[in-house]
Amino acid sequence: MLAVIDRDEVLHVARLARLQLSEDEVEPMAQELSAVLDHIAKISELELDDVPPTSHVVADAMPTHPALRADEPRPSLPREVALAQAPAVDQGGFLVPSPQA
Amino acid sequence: MTGILSLSAAQAATAIEKGELGAEELFTFYRERARADAEANEDGLNCFTWVAADASTTPLQSGPGWSDSTDAPGSGPLAGVPLAVKDLFCTKGVPSQSGSRILEGYRPPYTASAVQGLTGAGATLLAKTNQDEFAMGSSTENSAYGPTLNPWDRTRVPGGSSGGSAAAVAAGLAPWAIGTDTGGSIRQPAALCGIVGLKPTYGSVSRFGMIAFASSLDQAGPLTRDVTDAALMLRHMVGRDRCDATSLQFPHEIEPPSAERLDGLRLGVPREAEAAGAQIEPGVRESFERVLKLAEELGASIEEIRLPHAPHALSAYYVLAPAEASSNLARFDGVRYGMRAPDADDLLDMYTRTRHDGFGKEVKRRIMLGTYALSSGYYDAYYGRAQRVRTKISEDFKTAFEQVDLIVTPTSANVAFGLGEKTANPWSMYLSDYFTVPMSLAGIPAISIPCGLSDGLPVGLQIAGPAFSENRLLDASFALEQALGFEEGAARV
Repeated sequence: MLAVIDRDEVLHVARLARLQLSEDEVEPMAQELSAVLDHIAKISELELDDVPPTSHVVADAMPTHPALRADEPRPSLPREVALAQAPAVDQGGFLVPSPQA
Repeated sequence: MTGILSLSAAQAATAIEKGELGAEELFTFYRERARADAEANEDGLNCFTWVAADASTTPLQSGPGWSDSTDAPGSGPLAGVPLAVKDLFCTKGVPSQSGSRILEGYRPPYTASAVQGLTGAGATLLAKTNQDEFAMGSSTENSAYGPTLNPWDRTRVPGGSSGGSAAAVAAGLAPWAIGTDTGGSIRQPAALCGIVGLKPTYGSVSRFGMIAFASSLDQAGPLTRDVTDAALMLRHMVGRDRCDATSLQFPHEIEPPSAERLDGLRLGVPREAEAAGAQIEPGVRESFERVLKLAEELGASIEEIRLPHAPHALSAYYVLAPAEASSNLARFDGVRYGMRAPDADDLLDMYTRTRHDGFGKEVKRRIMLGTYALSSGYYDAYYGRAQRVRTKISEDFKTAFEQVDLIVTPTSANVAFGLGEKTANPWSMYLSDYFTVPMSLAGIPAISIPCGLSDGLPVGLQIAGPAFSENRLLDASFALEQALGFEEGAARV
């Protein structure tokens, strides 16, 4: 696979990532991503069809590991503590700009 | 007061317990040293993003419903020995910014479990240390709070991403420090600063309260002056935590290392260490070969092994880690914490501009890379393949550990490099982790210990073992450390 990311693709991915890029960031980003993907593309040379994917090394290390805890209610952060670090709050909630201006 | 400076953390704890040294005297000694560096601005190393006013900042109790912890800071086996903590560990009421502008001024309402394990055992919080933003980097140049300098040579980087922790310990500005390692972020800065750094088996230390980079790889561990300190710190970090579903009960206690010989130990040197892409500097190669000879003199046997997929580890890592990062960093959206771009037109505009203003260059690059790799049409080609490469790398290690007990490589192909030397070319910076990333992908433990100097700069030896072999790693490291006699005080300021 030849990885060349063009300007349009950079802008598309930036939209997916909810990331604004300044005009002067777009072109360097396209070049840097293409260069990195070029190195990454070496894994396409490997024969991997029969190889299972690893999503987690722990499951492998300890198959009997109890991944799920009992679903019991526990105390959590008080509301005012949870809100204390927010840039804007109103009526006990996080205040955000309207989705549609 | 040079007497205090020459004590390791374990020695200081013993001195306090025997009544030969006051915990407050020790804290004040290091607090003053850390403050002096923090206030020296351009003349300092810039190791710290925050320094405690006094030991009473330590309580850090998270309260009911959160991680289990014990009371009474200062009491316990760690006897009030001051601890430097990488910025990305949440510390209740204390700035925890992960080296990022997007978290400027953030003071979390709870404390990371790994830190609580140590403060619960009696450590006191000394300072927060500088790091690459969200732990993405190998030089600590990606911090929004300026680069950290290497105490051995201030024109050079300390490595990264735990560069502030490594430089602080090497310079004697903190007795010891806690860091995190995703692809080499404890081991590589430890190597470049001439100290000990250990990345434990994945899952052995809780990740709860660590500001996440790549969750299937992130692991906390010690950065210390010597191997004994690394064992002592790790002993109080490991354990199952109900706040981290991936944490495990470590199968045995971490013991103080004591081995003097390596009789019968089989050490494997991967042939792939010579592979293209890892141009090992001559001085690093010399140190490495010398330590292999020393290991043989101590009774170990050296065998060549194969890790056929190791040369592909970096490629797989730079799919998996950015993919996980792009997902983890979605939470920074200007709603619940951190900064928010002002005067947004609407919600989407607020998200995208906050992230534009708040993230640095390398973080944006990784978010973009990860989002691309996970996007429709590319998922199988990149993420799916990288996960399969990860399986092959784990299998390579399993096969190798049927032949040898431990694997040794240089930690880094080069000694500390110059500030700005690798920032223009991302892949050249990524290559810093060539030797450390395979172990991260396999989730196995690996330690870096200083093994000599090249042109006056430290060289690190990496030793890796099977999952949960930390005690064996520490013992082998200890025997080599005693035989090497590395002069670890040379960088103290």
